[in-house]
Amino acid sequence: MVDLAVKIDKLNLKNPVMTASGTCGFGEEFSDFIDLNRLGGFIVKGTTLNPRQGNPYPRMAETASGMLNAVGLQNGGVEHFIHDIYPRICDYKTNILVNVSGSTVEDYVRVAEKLNDLEHIPGIELNISCPNVKEGGMAFGTSCTSAETVVNAVRKAYNKTLVVKLSPNVTDITEIARAVEAAGADSVSLINTLLGMAINAEKRRPVLSTVTGGLSGPCVKAIALRMVWQVSKAVKIPIIGLGGIMNASDAIEFLLAGATAIQVGTANFIDPQITIKIIDGIEDYMIRHNIKDIRELIGGLQM
Amino acid sequence: MRKTIKDLVLLRNIRLNPDNHLLIFKVPGFDSDIKPGQFANIEAKYSTSTFLRRPFSIHNIDPENETIHFLIKRVGEGTRHITDLKEGESVSVVFPLGHGFTLPERDEKVLLIGGGCGVAPLMMLARAIRPYSEDIHILLGARSAKDLVELDEYSQMGELHITTEDGTAGEKGFVTQHSIFKNVSEFNRIYTCGPEPMMKAVAGIAMKNNIWCEVSLENMMACGFGVCLCCVTETKEGNKSVCTHGPVFNVNDLKW
Ligand SMILES: Cc1cc2nc3c(=O)[nH]c(=O)nc-3n(C[C@H](O)[C@H](O)[C@H](O)COP(=O)(O)OP(=O)(O)OC[C@H]3O[C@@H](n4cnc5c(N)ncnc54)[C@H](O)[C@@H]3O)c2cc1C
Ligand SMILES: Cc1cc2nc3c(=O)[nH]c(=O)nc-3n(C[C@H](O)[C@H](O)[C@H](O)COP(=O)(O)O)c2cc1C
Ligand code: FES
Repeated sequence: MVDLAVKIDKLNLKNPVMTASGTCGFGEEFSDFIDLNRLGGFIVKGTTLNPRQGNPYPRMAETASGMLNAVGLQNGGVEHFIHDIYPRICDYKTNILVNVSGSTVEDYVRVAEKLNDLEHIPGIELNISCPNVKEGGMAFGTSCTSAETVVNAVRKAYNKTLVVKLSPNVTDITEIARAVEAAGADSVSLINTLLGMAINAEKRRPVLSTVTGGLSGPCVKAIALRMVWQVSKAVKIPIIGLGGIMNASDAIEFLLAGATAIQVGTANFIDPQITIKIIDGIEDYMIRHNIKDIRELIGGLQM
Repeated sequence: MRKTIKDLVLLRNIRLNPDNHLLIFKVPGFDSDIKPGQFANIEAKYSTSTFLRRPFSIHNIDPENETIHFLIKRVGEGTRHITDLKEGESVSVVFPLGHGFTLPERDEKVLLIGGGCGVAPLMMLARAIRPYSEDIHILLGARSAKDLVELDEYSQMGELHITTEDGTAGEKGFVTQHSIFKNVSEFNRIYTCGPEPMMKAVAGIAMKNNIWCEVSLENMMACGFGVCLCCVTETKEGNKSVCTHGPVFNVNDLKW
C-alpha cells in the first residue's frame, strides 16, 4: 500500500490530483465519466459577485499543442452558485473549492464573505490572474502591491483555506508569491493561462473575438514547471502546480519541482477520465520506485 | 444514454468522393438510446496541430449490427487523420453528446434541409421521422453535382430535392432559391443543418412564414460536454453552450 494523501493548509486531500477552474464546470458534468469522489478535490469555475455573460464567440483557438481561450468568466454569479449549484454538488466526498474573481477589491471580499458560510466549501481559490477580462483579474496579480491589497482584504473576510492563483504574465513570479504569502494566503496555485494570440492569415483577422486570450495545454508545461520550482524556493506555504499536465509523469514532475498538489485543466477536454488515470499512474510510479509516502516526492528533485 | 468514452474499432471506411468518407465503427454492447442530432467527439490522432478532439454528428446507427456511422468531410488536418484511419484500427470516441432534434407529431409535413457536410445528421433524423410521417421532403444543396453524396439513401427516406450552385444537378442556385419554397407554408416543420449563412437564410424564411424550425449549429468546440464554455451561441436567455443546450436549437430561441 502506498500513501497518496497530502495536506494543503487545513485541507486533507486523499491524493494530490484536482481539476482546474474553468475546465471542470461544477464537477457534476463528469459524473458519467468518473467517480468524482476519487479526486483530491475540484475547483469550480470562476465565480463573480454578479452574473457575467462572458466574451462574444469565438472564444477558442487551437494552437500547437494547446489552445487559447477567451471565455471571460461567464458565470451565473455567487448567489446563483449558492442557491442553484451548491445544493446539487455539496455531497461529493472530495474538497470542493470555489474560484473567485472580481474587478474591485470590494467584489472579491463580498464573494468570499458569502462563500465563508458554506459548510461543504472548505476553501476558495482567489483568481487574481485571469487574462480575459478587461477591468480586473490579472491586473491584481501582476503587481505586488495590488496582489497584497486584495489578498489582505479577503483574508480578513474569509477564515477557511485561502489559495491564491498566480499569473505567469509577470517578470518575476516569486515576488508576487512572496507578497501574497505575507498578506495571509494559505497556499498558492500556479499557473493561470499565458496571454497569447492567434491569427487567421487567410482572413487577415484575429481568431478570438477579444484578439488575445489565455494559452493552456502541454505547450505551457515547461514554463509552469519552471515557475513552480522557483516559487517553491521562495515561499513556505504549499504550492498547487498546474499548466499542461496531460499524464501521471507530468504530474510527478510538478511534485518533484515542489508542488504539494496538482490540478489538471485542458487535458480534461481531451480525456474526461484523465484525472483517474493520473491518480492510478502516480500510484504505479510509487510502487515501481518503492516510495511509500507521496510526501517523499514533493520537492524531491535531485540536483 | 449516458455519455461514454470508448475506443471504437473502425469496421468500414468508405470513400464516397474525394472529400467525403463514410466511417462505420463497431460499438460493443450498443445502447440504441441515441437521438438524431446528437454528436460524438472523435480523437484526431494527437499531433502538435491537432490537439483537441473533433466533433461530428451521428449520421446513422445500426443497433442490430452494433454500429455507429459518421459522414466526414476532409477540410483540415484533423479530418484528414480521421478519414485516413484503416479498417481494423481503433480511435477514442466520446458519445453521445448534446440534445437531438424534436420529432414531429403524427402525419406532419416536414422539410429537411442540408448543405455541405450539414447533411450528416439528416439521415438519422429522416429515419426517426418515418414512423410518424410519410410526408418527408429532403432538400440538399451543394456547390456541384460531384459534392453530393448518398443520394440513393436519402431518396429512400423521403422525396428528394436538389440544388447546386453551378447547376450540374437539380435546380441551379442556393438552397434557399429552390422552388420548393414557393409553397413553404405547407410544411409544419423545417429542420436544417449546414453552413451558418444557409441556416440563417432558412431560419429567416421559416420565421417569416411562422413555421416551426430547428437548426443544428456547428460552433467550434473544445470539450463537447459543457465544461469549457467555448462553444456558446447567443440565445434570448443569454449565452448557451452549443454542445449541451444544442447543437439543435429552435430558431425562436436564438438571436437570429
Ligand atoms: C456539433 C457538430 C457536428 C458536426 N458534424 C459534422 C459532420 O457530421 N461531418 C463533418 O464532416 N463535419 C462536421 N462538423 C464539423 C467538423 O467538426 C469540422 O470540420 C472539423 O472539426 C474540422 O477539423 P480539421 O482538423 O479537419 O480542420 P481544421 O484544420 O481544424 O480547420 C479547417 C477548417 O474547418 C473549420 N472548422 C474547424 N472546426 C470546425 C467546427 N467545429 N465546425 C465547423 N468548422 C470547423 C475551420 O474554421 C477551418 O476553416 C461538425 C461540427 C460540430 C460542432
Ligand atoms: C476554457 C478555460 C477556462 C478557464 N477558466 C478559468 C477560470 O475561470 N478561473 C481560473 O482561475 N482559471 C481558469 N482557467 C485556467 C486554468 O484553470 C489553468 O490555470 C490553465 O488552463 C493552465 O492549466 P492547463 O494547461 O492544465 O489547462 C481556464 C482555462 C481554460 C482552458
Ligand atoms: S465545447 Fe466545451 S462547453 Fe461546449
